[in-house]
Amino acid sequence: MTVAPAPTTTELKLDQLFPGEATPDARKGYSGYIVKPDKLVEVATALRDQHGYDYCSSVTGVDYLEQGQCEAVYHLYNTKTGGPAVVIKAQAPRDNAVLPSLTPVWPGADFQEREAWDLYGIKFTGHPDLKRILMWEGFHGHPMRKDWKEAYYEQEGKPFDARWPGGQVHRSEEKNPFGHNVAYPEGFTLEGWSEQADKAVYDSLPTGGHGSTEEGMRTDLVTVNLGPQHPSTHGVFRIVATLDGETIVKLEPVMGYLHRNHEKIGERNTFIQNIPFTDRLDYITSMSNNHGYVLAVEKLMGLKPPERAEYLRVMMVELTRIVNHTWAIGFLLNDLGAFFTPVLYVAKERELILDVFEATAGSRMMCNYMRFGGVSRDITPEAFQQVKDMVYDRLPRLLDEIDTYLTNSEIVRTRSIGVGVLSAADAAAYSVGGPVLRASGVAYDVRKAEPYSIYDRFDFNTAVRYQGDNYDRYLVRLDECRESLKILRQVCEQMPAGEIQAGKPQYQARVPAGEAYGRVENPKGELGYYVISTGKANAYRYHVRAPSFINLTPFGKMSVGHKIADVVAILGSIDIVLGEVDR
Amino acid sequence: MFGSGIVRGLGVVFKHFVESWADDIRWLGRRYYNPEALKIRQSTKATGTFTVMYPEEKLPTPEEFRYIPFLVYEEKGQEKDYRCTSCGICAKVCPPQCIWIERTNDPKTNRPIPQPRNFYIDVDICMNCGLCAEFCPFDAIKMDHNYELASYDRTTAHIFDKEKLGKPVSYYQSIRPANYAREEQARAEEEAKKAAKAAAAKPAAKPAAPAAEKKD
Repeated sequence: MTVAPAPTTTELKLDQLFPGEATPDARKGYSGYIVKPDKLVEVATALRDQHGYDYCSSVTGVDYLEQGQCEAVYHLYNTKTGGPAVVIKAQAPRDNAVLPSLTPVWPGADFQEREAWDLYGIKFTGHPDLKRILMWEGFHGHPMRKDWKEAYYEQEGKPFDARWPGGQVHRSEEKNPFGHNVAYPEGFTLEGWSEQADKAVYDSLPTGGHGSTEEGMRTDLVTVNLGPQHPSTHGVFRIVATLDGETIVKLEPVMGYLHRNHEKIGERNTFIQNIPFTDRLDYITSMSNNHGYVLAVEKLMGLKPPERAEYLRVMMVELTRIVNHTWAIGFLLNDLGAFFTPVLYVAKERELILDVFEATAGSRMMCNYMRFGGVSRDITPEAFQQVKDMVYDRLPRLLDEIDTYLTNSEIVRTRSIGVGVLSAADAAAYSVGGPVLRASGVAYDVRKAEPYSIYDRFDFNTAVRYQGDNYDRYLVRLDECRESLKILRQVCEQMPAGEIQAGKPQYQARVPAGEAYGRVENPKGELGYYVISTGKANAYRYHVRAPSFINLTPFGKMSVGHKIADVVAILGSIDIVLGEVDR
Repeated sequence: MFGSGIVRGLGVVFKHFVESWADDIRWLGRRYYNPEALKIRQSTKATGTFTVMYPEEKLPTPEEFRYIPFLVYEEKGQEKDYRCTSCGICAKVCPPQCIWIERTNDPKTNRPIPQPRNFYIDVDICMNCGLCAEFCPFDAIKMDHNYELASYDRTTAHIFDKEKLGKPVSYYQSIRPANYAREEQARAEEEAKKAAKAAAAKPAAKPAAPAAEKKD
């Protein structure tokens, strides 16, 4: 384990580095630089090669309906020095939204640009495989555009007028969803429609008799679907793989089966209404999902939570991390064939942690615990005692037990050492985050690189491993649990008394106009929320940089050359939750 | 030696196996269907299996547990005096917009009177976030503890109206004693403050009276 280098705070002046090509974003409450679209690749390459911005964390599409512009926002970080983001933006008219792709510069932009194309209709020229990712191929329109209306559309923003004072209840199901708010393509007839949803997927895979056995026999390549309904995919996730015998030649992840347009819902919601919706992204780690979102909105509001609230937040988030990592290890072993025995050993301890969440936040998984400027409820003395019992007694024993149980097991080692290797350079380039990044030898942890909340007060290390295979991804999670326990011990010792909420809680938060990006080190990776407020009750733009989703970008690359059974384990070691992948 | 890791790992499995029996023996057949044992089985002192024999055994719900809101009413004889004033804050803060409130208007003046004519919650849509209870200024809507709501027909049975949502204050007190005590104390303090203010305002009211006459 090494300690991450100290973060730098020197800010790059892009308008001086690239005069005439980058101009500071002068809109009120905005920051970053607007780069001319034709110079975007040039600027990006220079930022990567000369200034060390090797990590393209987030690509966000924004639709400015009134200005007639579509915008792509890039948040770039330096994994070697840490520190704040360099934000570059590129604009294109929304009726002809074409921007150059940055996938050649940062391969990690791949899925995110596909998402921006899918949901915003921004065409990225030079993208190797620009097709829809969350919606199905053949879907008409781009659902995140401001003039696109979903089925059961009622109003631009909540609260809906129909609810009060003349609330006459009806079930949405009884209303016709195919009414005036569904747009059909021109000349659409049901008779002329044909299923073409999977054509784009299959077209990108090789076919034919390219394979051959050692004996010289020519064989055909076979394309196999795993999922969407398959226990190994941890949800409704689909893997389309082309095989030579049993070896993967090319692999294409297909997702979106659980897509519910979380971001559109988020833009209809008022700011506070979004908090419970963030619980449902990665439902294993709802506490830290809350944290990222409230941090982003607090940046806009200029709120600072009281001390006790900060400690409570850190405590809950670190407990969540332990829950997530032990759970991930358990399920990784499921994928390796140790069916449910390891999972149930960790589930026992998880139950006790969830008891704390239930006694404090009111719910075991959908915690909805944090508020702007604080937390919703204080912890009871009994629940706090339970946390102490867990932190000082049960959890260290659990981690040691997992260690004896699995770390030296020959089966685990044979199945996971050298499988699914992701090199350090690739890990950063593909924008993976969290344990997947750190298992590849990149000591990048948001808690250290750009400390948020009160993480700068705690003494803990960044867990790093260097081989980048399944085994190291397992080990790095175990290490991280131990580091979390260190933080938790300090929290238990230092927990101050006092208020848990700054000011009086408002049912409709007043959020000044502007943009903010709040990011936290979620157990699965960097979770970022990009929020734009126009001063109204609802967010103008609400984007989630979902770690599970982006960690899948190099999945195809990691799997090539391995067997089908290893692919299942590689997916398990990336640790995804489909609620967050598909949003 | 190759295989020693597996053997040690199996040692862990064996330990869990023994523990699950040892704890049964320790309770001498009283491990299940015994509230005392359940308490220890579900605490940080627990060893052995964690299984709860639902529905014969149920996990105790902590006070803050939240599931589907209900409307609090005071019992005045046979009458139900709902605390709700139909101000609409819960309907406005509700994230999935599952609360529908029909406000009553006085037929003579056409002014709103603080009693909802009806109050609906579509429990299929409710996400149990508890924001309505958190922001209700009258402590009129609270989150319930009853999670056994299975029914045969979702199309008719899952829209709860005022009648079905209403529960007496005594019920609220029984499921959330600490919250109830805290709210009652705050209310008593508020009323004491008001009374003190009124008492302080009384002597001052006399000189104010002629001023009011002048206006006329």
